[in-house]
Amino acid sequence: MAIFKDGNTNSSDRSAWDRKRHRQLVEESIKKNLGDIIAEESIIGQSKDKKIKIPIRGIKEYQFIYGKNAGGTGSGEGQEAKGQVIGKTNGQPGQQPGQGQAGNNPGEDVYETEITIEELTSYLFDDLQLPDMERKKFAQIESERKFKRSSFQRKGIPPHLNKKRTLSEKIKRQKMAQRDKCDSEENESPERIPFHENDLRYCRIKEDTRRHSNAVVICIMDTSGSMDQTKKYLARSFYFLLYQFVRWKYEHVEVAFIAHTTTAQEVNEQEFFHRGETGGTYISSGYEKALEIIEQRYNPAIWNIYIFHCSDGDNWGEDNAKAVALVNQLCTISNLFGYGEITTSSMYGSAISKEYEKQIHLENFIMVMMGDKTDIWPAFKKILDTESGGNS
Amino acid sequence: MAAYSLDELEYWNDKIEKLVWDAGLDCYEQHFEICSYEDMLCYEAYVGMPSHYPHWSFGKAYERQKTFYKYNLVGLPYEMVINSDPCIAYLMRDNTLLIHILTMAHVYGHNDFFKNNRLFKRDTRANLEMEMFKAHANRVREYIQDPSIGPDKVERILDAAHGLKFQTCRHGERKKISEEEEGTVPERLKDDLLAFLAEKGKLAEWERDLIHIVREETMYFIPQLETKIMNEGWASYWHYQILNQLELPQGLHLEFLQRHHLVIRPHQGQINPYFLGFKMFEYLDQQPGGREKIMAIRSEDRDQSFIRRYLNQELCEKLHLFSYSVQGDDIVVTEVANEEGWKTVRDNLANAVGLGSIPIIRPVGVEDGTLLLEHVCDHRELELNYAQETVKYIVDLWGGKVNLRVKIDHNPKIISCSEGKIVNIHD
Repeated sequence: MAIFKDGNTNSSDRSAWDRKRHRQLVEESIKKNLGDIIAEESIIGQSKDKKIKIPIRGIKEYQFIYGKNAGGTGSGEGQEAKGQVIGKTNGQPGQQPGQGQAGNNPGEDVYETEITIEELTSYLFDDLQLPDMERKKFAQIESERKFKRSSFQRKGIPPHLNKKRTLSEKIKRQKMAQRDKCDSEENESPERIPFHENDLRYCRIKEDTRRHSNAVVICIMDTSGSMDQTKKYLARSFYFLLYQFVRWKYEHVEVAFIAHTTTAQEVNEQEFFHRGETGGTYISSGYEKALEIIEQRYNPAIWNIYIFHCSDGDNWGEDNAKAVALVNQLCTISNLFGYGEITTSSMYGSAISKEYEKQIHLENFIMVMMGDKTDIWPAFKKILDTESGGNS
Repeated sequence: MAAYSLDELEYWNDKIEKLVWDAGLDCYEQHFEICSYEDMLCYEAYVGMPSHYPHWSFGKAYERQKTFYKYNLVGLPYEMVINSDPCIAYLMRDNTLLIHILTMAHVYGHNDFFKNNRLFKRDTRANLEMEMFKAHANRVREYIQDPSIGPDKVERILDAAHGLKFQTCRHGERKKISEEEEGTVPERLKDDLLAFLAEKGKLAEWERDLIHIVREETMYFIPQLETKIMNEGWASYWHYQILNQLELPQGLHLEFLQRHHLVIRPHQGQINPYFLGFKMFEYLDQQPGGREKIMAIRSEDRDQSFIRRYLNQELCEKLHLFSYSVQGDDIVVTEVANEEGWKTVRDNLANAVGLGSIPIIRPVGVEDGTLLLEHVCDHRELELNYAQETVKYIVDLWGGKVNLRVKIDHNPKIISCSEGKIVNIHD
C-alpha cells in the first residue's frame, strides 16, 4: 500500500544559497565584459534611468562533448530522403551529453539582462576598486552640518534630556521597589516616588556632516572636418565614461559642452553628441570658450572643475603656441585637464600632442591616446590614476 | 487543494496497485509526496535529491527551468521519481486528477524498473542512496564551514570535478581505490580519469574526498543515463496498459488519451525517449511470448543493447528513423530506414545513446610531471571550445601541465594546457 504525504507547504527555500551564488557569478561575468558594453554606441547619451539590455553569456559548465561532426539520429515523417537538407545549424556547439539530438538544441545559454545605466556605472566604478580614502578627497566642501540623535546616555546637558526614556526608567525603578516591598510583606504603599538622578537619560547627539561637493565637467570636442564618424564615436564613448564617473562622485554635477572648429560655441548634450561639422581647427578657440564659461559661471574656489578635450590633434600649426598657453592657464584653475587624442590611423602623436608633452609638466594634466574602442577603458583608467595621484 | 482530494488519489492508487500486481510488476514500497510548483522546480534542479550538497550549478538549473516555464518553452514535469527503497515520487499539487492518476501508474513502471533492471541492481543500493546524498551534503558543508578551507576553494574543486564527472568508470563496478599497484597509470585507473586524478593529483585529503563525492554520485546516475529510453518507455507502456484497464469515466479517459499522446509524440528530427521506448515495448509485447520477453528485457538490457538487439527494420521504418550529419551549416540526411540503410541508422543510434553521447578521455601516462591524456576517438571529434575549457579543470586537479591527444578534422593534434592555464593546440 502506497503512502501519501502532503508535502509541507512552508518548506524553506533550499535553493536560495545556490541561486545567490549563481547570480554573483553572473554579475562577475557582467563586470568582466564591461569594457565591451561601455563602448556600445546605443547607451551613449541615454538618460540614467533608461534600461538597457545587455546579453550575458551564461556561466558555462564545461565538459567534454562531441562537436558538430558527430551527427545524430532523429525521427521524421517518412518523407526524408538521403542527401536532403533538413535544417541549419546556427553555429552552436554540438549536443548536450545525454541527448542524442541536434538541430535546435538550446546549446548556448545566453541571458539577456536588463540593467539601468546607473547600475552599469556603479558596476564599472566598483570594478576599479578605488579605496574609500580617495573618494573623500573629491568631496571637500562641507555643505551641511546636521545633528542627529542616536541612542541614549546617562550624562548630558538639560536640553538633551529625553523625557520619555527618563520616565520609563523611573517606572522601572518604581515597579522594582513595589515588588521588593511585596516580598518583604510590608504593605505601606508609597504615596509618591520622585525622580532620581539615576533615572535621567539624555540623547546622544551625533554630528552628521555631509560633505557636499560641486563639480563641473567641461567637455570640449573638436568637431572639425577631420574628425570623422569613427573618431567622434570614440570621443563620445570616452566622454560618456568620464561624465558618468564624475556624476557618480559628486552630488551636484554640471556639464558644459563645447564644440569647436576654428571657432567654439557652447552646445547642449544632444547637439554635442550628435552633430557633425566641417571646417578647420583652432584648438585654442575651445579653450578660450572654456575659460569664458568658468569665469562667468564656475568660480574655481567653489567648484571642482574637470576639463576634457578630445581631438584628433589635427590643429593648424599657427595655433599651437596659443593652445599650450591656454592649457597651462586652465590647469591652474581646474582639478584635472584631460586631453584625449584620437589616432585612428597611426599611433604617432600629432604635432600638438608633442608640444603638450614638451611644454606642460603640470601634475593635473593628462594626455591619452585612443586608437580604437578597446583603448577607451585603459585610457579612462589612466586618467583616474592621475586624478587620484594629482590631488594628493 | 485542487479539484481532487487525497481520498480520491488513494482510491485510484488502490486500483492501480492491484493492476500493477496482476501484471506481474515487482515494486519497492511506494511513497508519494504532494508538493508545490516551487518545490517541484527545486527537486528538479537538485536531481530529485531533497538533501544535496550545495553548488551554484543547481541554482543555475533552478533559474533556467523557471525561466523556461515562464516563457512556456517546456512544460512542468508531471512527476519526479527517485530510485530509492522505499521509492519516492513527487506529485505536483496543481495538476488535475487525471494527471495524478496517469503519473501514479507511470511511477510504478519506473519503480519496477529500478528494482529489477540489472544496472540499477548492480550499481546502486536503493536502500542507502538517500543516506549517501545526505552524508555527502554534510561533508561538503563541513568543508565549506572549515575556516582553513571555505566556500571558494570547495567551489574550485567542485567546478572541476563536475566538468569531468562522466570521465569515470562507465561499467559501474565500484572499484576499490587502493595504491597497491605501481606504474604511472595503473590498469584499474586506465578508464577512470576522475579516480586517477583523485589518487595521483596534487591534492589535499579534503579535495580528494570532494572528487570521490562527485564520482559516487555519477555512479548513482549512470544507470539512469544508460537506460533513459528503456526506463521511460517501460513506464509509459505500463501507464498506458493500466489506464486502459482502469475503466475511467469518459471525461477522464479522453483527457488520458490526449495526455498520453502528448507524452509519447515523436519530436521532429530528434529522438523522444518516451516515444521510442514506448513503441518498442508495445511492438515487442505483441510478438509471440511477448510478455515474458519484455520482462526479461527490462531486467537485462541497457539502451545500447536494447536498440542493437530489438530495433528491427520494421520498427525503424515505422518510426521513420534517419541518420543525419552536419555539412557546413546544413543538417543533411545521410541514411534512412530502408532495406539497405536501416542497420546503419540503428547502429548510429545505439552508439550515441546513454554514455555513448559522452566522449571518453583516458589517462595514458606521465612525462616530467606532464599528464598525457587521449580522446578515445571514433569518427566523432571533440567540440574544441569546450575541450579547451575542460582541460583547464584537469590542470586544476592534476596540479601541473596537461597534454590531451585529440583529432581535429581527422588530423592528430595535441591540446596543451600549462599550469598557468594557457591553452594552445599543436601537432
